[in-house]
Amino acid sequence: MSIKDEFTKGLWKTIAPFRLVLGLCPTLAVTTTGLNGFGMGMATTFVLVFSNLFVSLLRKFIPAQVRIASFIVIIASFVVIVELVMQAWFYQLFKILGIFIPLIVVNCIILGRAEAFASKNNPIMSLADGLGIGLGFTISLFVLGSIRELLGSGTLLDIPVMWSSFEPFAFMLKPPGAFVALGILLALMNLISQRQARKGGAR
Amino acid sequence: MGDFILLMIGAILVNNILLIRFLGNCPFLGVSRSMDTATGMGLAVIFVLTLAGTITWLVHNYILVPLSLEYLRTIAFILVIATLVQFVEMVVQKTAPPLYEALGIFLPLITTNCAVFGVAIININEGYDLITSIFFSFASACGFALALVLMAGMRERFALVGIPKSFEGTAIGLVTAGLIALAFSGFIGLV
Repeated sequence: MSIKDEFTKGLWKTIAPFRLVLGLCPTLAVTTTGLNGFGMGMATTFVLVFSNLFVSLLRKFIPAQVRIASFIVIIASFVVIVELVMQAWFYQLFKILGIFIPLIVVNCIILGRAEAFASKNNPIMSLADGLGIGLGFTISLFVLGSIRELLGSGTLLDIPVMWSSFEPFAFMLKPPGAFVALGILLALMNLISQRQARKGGAR
Repeated sequence: MGDFILLMIGAILVNNILLIRFLGNCPFLGVSRSMDTATGMGLAVIFVLTLAGTITWLVHNYILVPLSLEYLRTIAFILVIATLVQFVEMVVQKTAPPLYEALGIFLPLITTNCAVFGVAIININEGYDLITSIFFSFASACGFALALVLMAGMRERFALVGIPKSFEGTAIGLVTAGLIALAFSGFIGLV
Protein backbone atom coordinates (compact mmCIF):
# COMPACT_ATOMS: atom_id res chain seq x y z
CA MET A 1 0.00 0.00 0.00
CA SER A 2 1.27 3.46 -0.85
CA ILE A 3 1.07 6.49 1.41
CA LYS A 4 -1.83 7.80 -0.64
CA ASP A 5 -3.81 4.58 -0.12
CA GLU A 6 -3.19 4.67 3.62
CA PHE A 7 -4.43 8.23 3.69
CA THR A 8 -7.55 7.80 1.57
CA LYS A 9 -8.77 4.55 3.10
CA GLY A 10 -9.82 6.48 6.22
CA LEU A 11 -12.05 8.77 4.19
CA TRP A 12 -14.51 6.22 2.82
CA LYS A 13 -13.53 2.55 3.00
CA THR A 14 -12.92 2.45 6.75
CA ILE A 15 -14.44 5.81 7.78
CA ALA A 16 -14.35 5.57 11.54
CA PRO A 17 -17.73 5.93 13.26
CA PHE A 18 -19.65 4.31 10.42
CA ARG A 19 -17.60 1.40 9.15
CA LEU A 20 -15.80 0.49 12.35
CA VAL A 21 -18.58 1.50 14.79
CA LEU A 22 -15.92 2.88 17.13
CA GLY A 23 -15.78 6.21 18.89
CA LEU A 24 -19.54 6.48 19.10
CA CYS A 25 -19.81 8.43 22.33
CA PRO A 26 -18.39 11.72 21.05
CA THR A 27 -20.06 11.12 17.69
CA LEU A 28 -23.47 11.06 19.33
CA ALA A 29 -22.96 13.51 22.15
CA VAL A 30 -21.36 16.62 20.71
CA THR A 31 -22.89 16.75 17.22
CA THR A 32 -25.70 19.16 17.99
CA THR A 33 -24.17 21.62 15.50
CA GLY A 34 -21.78 21.21 12.60
CA LEU A 35 -19.12 23.37 14.23
CA ASN A 36 -19.12 21.43 17.50
CA GLY A 37 -18.68 18.22 15.54
CA PHE A 38 -15.84 19.79 13.58
CA GLY A 39 -14.09 20.98 16.76
CA MET A 40 -14.36 17.56 18.38
CA GLY A 41 -13.10 15.93 15.18
CA MET A 42 -10.06 18.20 14.98
CA ALA A 43 -9.16 17.60 18.64
CA THR A 44 -9.36 13.85 18.09
CA THR A 45 -7.35 14.10 14.85
CA PHE A 46 -4.57 15.95 16.63
CA VAL A 47 -4.30 13.26 19.30
CA LEU A 48 -4.56 10.47 16.73
CA VAL A 49 -1.84 11.85 14.45
CA PHE A 50 0.67 12.44 17.23
CA SER A 51 -0.05 9.23 19.11
CA ASN A 52 0.35 7.30 15.85
CA LEU A 53 3.63 9.08 15.14
CA PHE A 54 5.08 8.46 18.59
CA VAL A 55 3.87 4.89 18.89
CA SER A 56 5.47 4.21 15.53
CA LEU A 57 8.75 5.93 16.50
CA LEU A 58 8.92 3.98 19.76
CA ARG A 59 7.65 0.68 18.42
CA LYS A 60 11.11 -0.97 18.56
CA PHE A 61 11.61 0.05 22.22
CA ILE A 62 8.24 -0.83 23.74
CA PRO A 63 8.20 -4.41 25.12
CA ALA A 64 5.22 -6.39 23.81
CA GLN A 65 3.90 -7.27 27.29
CA VAL A 66 3.34 -3.69 28.40
CA ARG A 67 2.50 -2.18 25.02
CA ILE A 68 -1.16 -1.37 25.75
CA ALA A 69 -0.25 0.50 28.93
CA SER A 70 2.51 2.37 27.08
CA PHE A 71 0.13 3.33 24.26
CA ILE A 72 -2.39 4.62 26.79
CA VAL A 73 0.25 6.79 28.46
CA ILE A 74 1.31 8.23 25.08
CA ILE A 75 -2.31 8.94 24.14
CA ALA A 76 -3.13 10.42 27.54
CA SER A 77 -0.17 12.82 27.30
CA PHE A 78 -1.48 14.26 24.04
CA VAL A 79 -5.00 14.45 25.41
CA VAL A 80 -3.71 16.56 28.29
CA ILE A 81 -1.98 18.84 25.75
CA VAL A 82 -5.24 19.26 23.82
CA GLU A 83 -7.15 19.88 27.05
CA LEU A 84 -4.79 22.65 28.15
CA VAL A 85 -4.52 24.24 24.70
CA MET A 86 -8.28 24.33 24.23
CA GLN A 87 -8.81 25.69 27.70
CA ALA A 88 -6.40 28.53 26.89
CA TRP A 89 -7.46 29.49 23.37
CA PHE A 90 -10.85 27.93 22.57
CA TYR A 91 -12.62 28.31 25.88
CA GLN A 92 -16.14 28.48 24.38
CA LEU A 93 -15.70 25.19 22.54
CA PHE A 94 -13.94 23.68 25.55
CA LYS A 95 -17.01 24.39 27.68
CA ILE A 96 -19.43 22.94 25.11
CA LEU A 97 -17.44 19.75 24.54
CA GLY A 98 -16.83 19.49 28.30
CA ILE A 99 -16.24 15.98 29.52
CA PHE A 100 -15.71 14.63 26.01
CA ILE A 101 -12.27 16.25 25.70
CA PRO A 102 -10.65 14.14 28.45
CA LEU A 103 -12.68 11.21 27.13
CA ILE A 104 -10.65 11.26 23.90
CA VAL A 105 -8.22 9.10 25.86
CA VAL A 106 -10.68 6.19 25.87
CA ASN A 107 -11.76 6.71 22.27
CA CYS A 108 -11.28 3.20 20.90
CA ILE A 109 -10.34 4.51 17.44
CA ILE A 110 -7.06 5.92 18.75
CA LEU A 111 -5.99 2.88 20.74
CA GLY A 112 -7.21 0.71 17.87
CA ARG A 113 -4.98 2.49 15.33
CA ALA A 114 -1.99 2.41 17.70
CA GLU A 115 -2.37 -1.33 18.19
CA ALA A 116 -3.43 -2.35 14.69
CA PHE A 117 -1.35 0.00 12.57
CA ALA A 118 1.21 2.30 14.18
CA SER A 119 2.92 -0.44 16.19
CA LYS A 120 3.65 -2.36 12.96
CA ASN A 121 4.45 0.38 10.43
CA ASN A 122 7.01 3.12 9.89
CA PRO A 123 6.38 6.69 11.10
CA ILE A 124 5.49 8.17 7.70
CA MET A 125 2.87 5.52 6.96
CA SER A 126 1.49 5.89 10.48
CA LEU A 127 1.26 9.64 10.05
CA ALA A 128 -0.70 9.19 6.82
CA ASP A 129 -2.95 6.61 8.45
CA GLY A 130 -3.62 8.83 11.47
CA LEU A 131 -4.35 11.85 9.32
CA GLY A 132 -6.71 9.89 7.05
CA ILE A 133 -8.68 8.22 9.83
CA GLY A 134 -8.75 11.49 11.79
CA LEU A 135 -10.07 13.51 8.86
CA GLY A 136 -12.63 10.81 8.11
CA PHE A 137 -13.80 11.04 11.71
CA THR A 138 -13.94 14.86 11.50
CA ILE A 139 -15.96 14.72 8.28
CA SER A 140 -18.42 12.22 9.77
CA LEU A 141 -18.93 14.36 12.85
CA PHE A 142 -19.29 17.50 10.77
CA VAL A 143 -21.86 15.91 8.43
CA LEU A 144 -23.87 14.40 11.27
CA GLY A 145 -23.68 17.68 13.20
CA SER A 146 -24.79 19.69 10.17
CA ILE A 147 -27.78 17.41 9.53
CA ARG A 148 -28.89 17.63 13.15
CA GLU A 149 -28.34 21.40 13.18
CA LEU A 150 -30.25 21.87 9.93
CA LEU A 151 -33.28 19.87 11.02
CA GLY A 152 -33.14 20.66 14.72
CA SER A 153 -32.63 24.40 14.66
CA GLY A 154 -32.91 25.33 10.97
CA THR A 155 -29.41 26.77 10.74
CA LEU A 156 -26.17 25.75 9.08
CA LEU A 157 -22.91 26.95 10.65
CA ASP A 158 -25.08 29.25 12.80
CA ILE A 159 -26.61 30.94 9.71
CA PRO A 160 -30.39 30.49 9.24
CA VAL A 161 -30.94 28.71 5.93
CA MET A 162 -34.44 27.22 6.09
CA TRP A 163 -37.54 29.05 4.88
CA SER A 164 -39.21 31.35 7.41
CA SER A 165 -42.20 29.12 8.19
CA PHE A 166 -39.91 26.14 8.90
CA GLU A 167 -40.73 24.60 12.26
CA PRO A 168 -37.50 23.11 13.68
CA PHE A 169 -38.01 19.71 15.26
CA ALA A 170 -36.24 19.72 18.58
CA PHE A 171 -36.17 15.91 18.53
CA MET A 172 -33.00 16.03 16.42
CA LEU A 173 -31.12 17.97 19.08
CA LYS A 174 -32.14 15.61 21.87
CA PRO A 175 -30.28 12.35 22.65
CA PRO A 176 -32.84 10.07 20.93
CA GLY A 177 -32.48 12.09 17.74
CA ALA A 178 -28.73 11.51 17.77
CA PHE A 179 -29.16 7.74 17.75
CA VAL A 180 -31.80 7.80 15.03
CA ALA A 181 -29.89 10.25 12.82
CA LEU A 182 -26.70 8.17 13.02
CA GLY A 183 -28.65 4.96 12.36
CA ILE A 184 -30.29 6.36 9.25
CA LEU A 185 -27.00 7.81 7.98
CA LEU A 186 -25.34 4.41 8.47
CA ALA A 187 -28.16 2.67 6.60
CA LEU A 188 -27.74 5.18 3.77
CA MET A 189 -24.03 4.40 3.56
CA ASN A 190 -24.76 0.67 3.53
CA LEU A 191 -27.22 1.25 0.69
CA ILE A 192 -24.61 3.12 -1.37
CA SER A 193 -22.01 0.41 -0.74
CA GLN A 194 -24.48 -2.29 -1.78
CA ARG A 195 -25.27 -0.40 -5.01
CA GLN A 196 -21.56 -0.09 -5.76
CA ALA A 197 -20.99 -3.78 -5.04
CA ARG A 198 -23.87 -4.77 -7.33
CA LYS A 199 -22.54 -2.57 -10.12
CA GLY A 200 -19.07 -4.06 -9.68
CA GLY A 201 -20.57 -7.57 -9.81
CA ALA A 202 -22.48 -6.86 -13.02
CA ARG A 203 -19.34 -5.71 -14.79
CA MET B 1 -31.06 9.12 52.86
CA GLY B 2 -33.76 10.71 50.73
CA ASP B 3 -31.09 12.60 48.82
CA PHE B 4 -29.34 9.37 47.94
CA ILE B 5 -32.53 7.77 46.66
CA LEU B 6 -33.18 10.82 44.47
CA LEU B 7 -29.57 10.71 43.25
CA MET B 8 -29.93 7.05 42.35
CA ILE B 9 -33.23 7.51 40.51
CA GLY B 10 -31.68 10.46 38.74
CA ALA B 11 -28.64 8.50 37.63
CA ILE B 12 -30.53 5.37 36.60
CA LEU B 13 -33.60 6.77 34.87
CA VAL B 14 -33.40 10.50 34.24
CA ASN B 15 -29.77 10.98 33.24
CA ASN B 16 -29.14 7.43 32.10
CA ILE B 17 -25.45 7.18 31.41
CA LEU B 18 -25.86 5.37 28.10
CA LEU B 19 -28.92 6.94 26.61
CA ILE B 20 -28.82 10.54 27.82
CA ARG B 21 -25.17 11.20 28.72
CA PHE B 22 -23.78 9.09 25.83
CA LEU B 23 -21.04 7.32 27.72
CA GLY B 24 -20.11 3.72 26.99
CA ASN B 25 -21.82 3.38 23.65
CA CYS B 26 -19.25 1.08 22.02
CA PRO B 27 -19.96 -1.90 24.32
CA PHE B 28 -23.63 -0.91 24.29
CA LEU B 29 -23.89 -1.70 20.59
CA GLY B 30 -21.15 -4.34 20.60
CA VAL B 31 -22.36 -6.78 23.26
CA SER B 32 -26.12 -6.23 23.15
CA ARG B 33 -26.77 -8.96 20.60
CA SER B 34 -27.67 -11.61 23.15
CA MET B 35 -29.09 -11.62 26.66
CA ASP B 36 -26.27 -13.69 28.22
CA THR B 37 -23.44 -11.41 27.16
CA ALA B 38 -25.48 -8.33 28.06
CA THR B 39 -26.07 -9.54 31.62
CA GLY B 40 -22.42 -10.53 32.00
CA MET B 41 -21.19 -7.18 30.77
CA GLY B 42 -23.74 -5.33 32.92
CA LEU B 43 -22.60 -7.09 36.09
CA ALA B 44 -18.92 -6.59 35.27
CA VAL B 45 -19.50 -2.87 34.74
CA ILE B 46 -21.42 -2.50 38.03
CA PHE B 47 -18.56 -4.18 39.84
CA VAL B 48 -15.68 -2.27 38.24
CA LEU B 49 -17.39 1.11 38.01
CA THR B 50 -18.26 1.23 41.71
CA LEU B 51 -14.68 0.37 42.61
CA ALA B 52 -13.17 2.73 40.04
CA GLY B 53 -15.40 5.61 41.11
CA THR B 54 -14.28 5.19 44.70
CA ILE B 55 -10.58 4.80 43.99
CA THR B 56 -10.30 7.63 41.46
CA TRP B 57 -12.03 9.91 43.97
CA LEU B 58 -9.48 8.96 46.62
CA VAL B 59 -6.59 9.42 44.19
CA HIS B 60 -7.85 12.84 43.16
CA ASN B 61 -8.51 14.17 46.64
CA TYR B 62 -5.61 12.62 48.55
CA ILE B 63 -2.84 12.55 45.93
CA LEU B 64 -3.48 15.01 43.11
CA VAL B 65 -5.02 17.88 45.08
CA PRO B 66 -2.39 18.04 47.91
CA LEU B 67 0.40 18.02 45.30
CA SER B 68 -1.54 20.45 43.06
CA LEU B 69 -1.27 18.11 40.10
CA GLU B 70 -4.93 18.35 39.01
CA TYR B 71 -3.91 18.85 35.39
CA LEU B 72 -2.57 15.28 35.38
CA ARG B 73 -6.06 13.99 36.16
CA THR B 74 -6.60 12.39 32.75
CA ILE B 75 -3.34 10.41 32.83
CA ALA B 76 -3.69 9.47 36.48
CA PHE B 77 -7.28 8.25 36.14
CA ILE B 78 -6.72 6.16 33.05
CA LEU B 79 -3.72 4.47 34.67
CA VAL B 80 -5.67 3.81 37.86
CA ILE B 81 -8.56 2.33 35.89
CA ALA B 82 -6.32 0.15 33.71
CA THR B 83 -4.45 -1.15 36.75
CA LEU B 84 -7.64 -1.68 38.68
CA VAL B 85 -9.22 -3.71 35.89
CA GLN B 86 -6.12 -5.90 35.65
CA PHE B 87 -6.06 -6.32 39.44
CA VAL B 88 -9.78 -7.15 39.67
CA GLU B 89 -9.32 -9.71 36.94
CA MET B 90 -6.53 -11.46 38.84
CA VAL B 91 -8.33 -11.34 42.19
CA VAL B 92 -11.59 -12.65 40.78
CA GLN B 93 -9.75 -15.40 38.95
CA LYS B 94 -8.03 -16.57 42.16
CA THR B 95 -10.85 -16.16 44.67
CA ALA B 96 -14.08 -16.70 42.77
CA PRO B 97 -13.63 -18.96 39.74
CA PRO B 98 -17.38 -19.18 38.97
CA LEU B 99 -17.65 -15.39 38.90
CA TYR B 100 -14.57 -15.29 36.68
CA GLU B 101 -16.19 -17.76 34.31
CA ALA B 102 -19.17 -15.43 34.04
CA LEU B 103 -17.37 -12.07 33.83
CA GLY B 104 -13.94 -13.10 32.55
CA ILE B 105 -13.99 -12.02 28.94
CA PHE B 106 -15.74 -8.74 29.72
CA LEU B 107 -13.24 -7.43 32.23
CA PRO B 108 -10.43 -6.42 29.82
CA LEU B 109 -12.97 -4.65 27.61
CA ILE B 110 -13.91 -2.36 30.47
CA THR B 111 -10.61 -0.43 30.39
CA THR B 112 -11.70 1.29 27.20
CA ASN B 113 -15.31 1.66 28.34
CA CYS B 114 -15.73 5.41 28.52
CA ALA B 115 -18.54 5.02 31.06
CA VAL B 116 -16.00 4.15 33.75
CA PHE B 117 -13.70 7.05 32.93
CA GLY B 118 -16.63 9.41 32.37
CA VAL B 119 -18.24 8.71 35.73
CA ALA B 120 -14.89 9.18 37.48
CA ILE B 121 -14.63 12.63 35.90
CA ILE B 122 -18.27 13.54 36.59
CA ASN B 123 -17.70 12.69 40.28
CA ILE B 124 -14.89 15.23 40.43
CA ASN B 125 -16.51 17.90 38.23
CA GLU B 126 -19.71 17.84 40.27
CA GLY B 127 -17.72 18.08 43.50
CA TYR B 128 -19.34 15.02 45.10
CA ASP B 129 -18.03 13.83 48.46
CA LEU B 130 -16.84 10.25 48.91
CA ILE B 131 -20.18 8.65 49.89
CA THR B 132 -22.07 10.48 47.14
CA SER B 133 -19.43 9.43 44.61
CA ILE B 134 -19.80 5.78 45.58
CA PHE B 135 -23.59 5.98 45.33
CA PHE B 136 -23.46 7.86 42.05
CA SER B 137 -20.97 5.40 40.51
CA PHE B 138 -23.07 2.44 41.59
CA ALA B 139 -26.31 3.99 40.34
CA SER B 140 -24.77 4.97 36.99
CA ALA B 141 -23.52 1.44 36.51
CA CYS B 142 -26.99 0.08 37.31
CA GLY B 143 -28.41 2.43 34.69
CA PHE B 144 -25.86 1.11 32.22
CA ALA B 145 -26.81 -2.50 32.99
CA LEU B 146 -30.52 -1.72 32.75
CA ALA B 147 -30.23 -0.07 29.35
CA LEU B 148 -27.94 -2.83 28.08
CA VAL B 149 -30.32 -5.61 29.13
CA LEU B 150 -33.35 -3.79 27.70
CA MET B 151 -31.51 -3.35 24.43
CA ALA B 152 -30.45 -7.00 24.30
CA GLY B 153 -34.02 -8.10 24.92
CA MET B 154 -35.17 -6.09 21.94
CA ARG B 155 -32.32 -7.10 19.67
CA GLU B 156 -32.92 -10.81 20.29
CA ARG B 157 -36.32 -10.35 18.66
CA PHE B 158 -34.79 -8.92 15.49
CA ALA B 159 -34.15 -12.50 14.39
CA LEU B 160 -37.90 -12.91 13.95
CA VAL B 161 -38.65 -9.83 11.88
CA GLY B 162 -37.76 -8.72 8.38
CA ILE B 163 -35.31 -5.82 8.45
CA PRO B 164 -34.40 -3.94 5.25
CA LYS B 165 -30.99 -5.07 4.05
CA SER B 166 -29.30 -1.70 4.43
CA PHE B 167 -30.52 -1.40 8.04
CA GLU B 168 -29.17 -4.78 9.18
CA GLY B 169 -26.75 -4.90 12.10
CA THR B 170 -25.63 -1.67 13.69
CA ALA B 171 -27.96 0.68 11.81
CA ILE B 172 -31.16 -0.82 13.20
CA GLY B 173 -29.42 -1.13 16.58
CA LEU B 174 -28.90 2.63 16.61
CA VAL B 175 -32.49 3.37 15.66
CA THR B 176 -33.68 1.00 18.41
CA ALA B 177 -31.39 2.74 20.89
CA GLY B 178 -33.00 6.01 19.80
CA LEU B 179 -36.45 4.63 20.57
CA ILE B 180 -35.33 3.38 24.00
CA ALA B 181 -33.79 6.79 24.66
CA LEU B 182 -37.10 8.37 23.67
CA ALA B 183 -38.87 6.19 26.22
CA PHE B 184 -36.34 7.23 28.87
CA SER B 185 -36.98 10.89 27.99
CA GLY B 186 -40.36 10.34 29.59
CA PHE B 187 -38.61 10.26 32.97
CA ILE B 188 -37.37 13.85 32.60
CA GLY B 189 -38.89 15.88 35.39
CA LEU B 190 -39.18 12.88 37.69
CA VAL B 191 -36.53 14.18 40.07
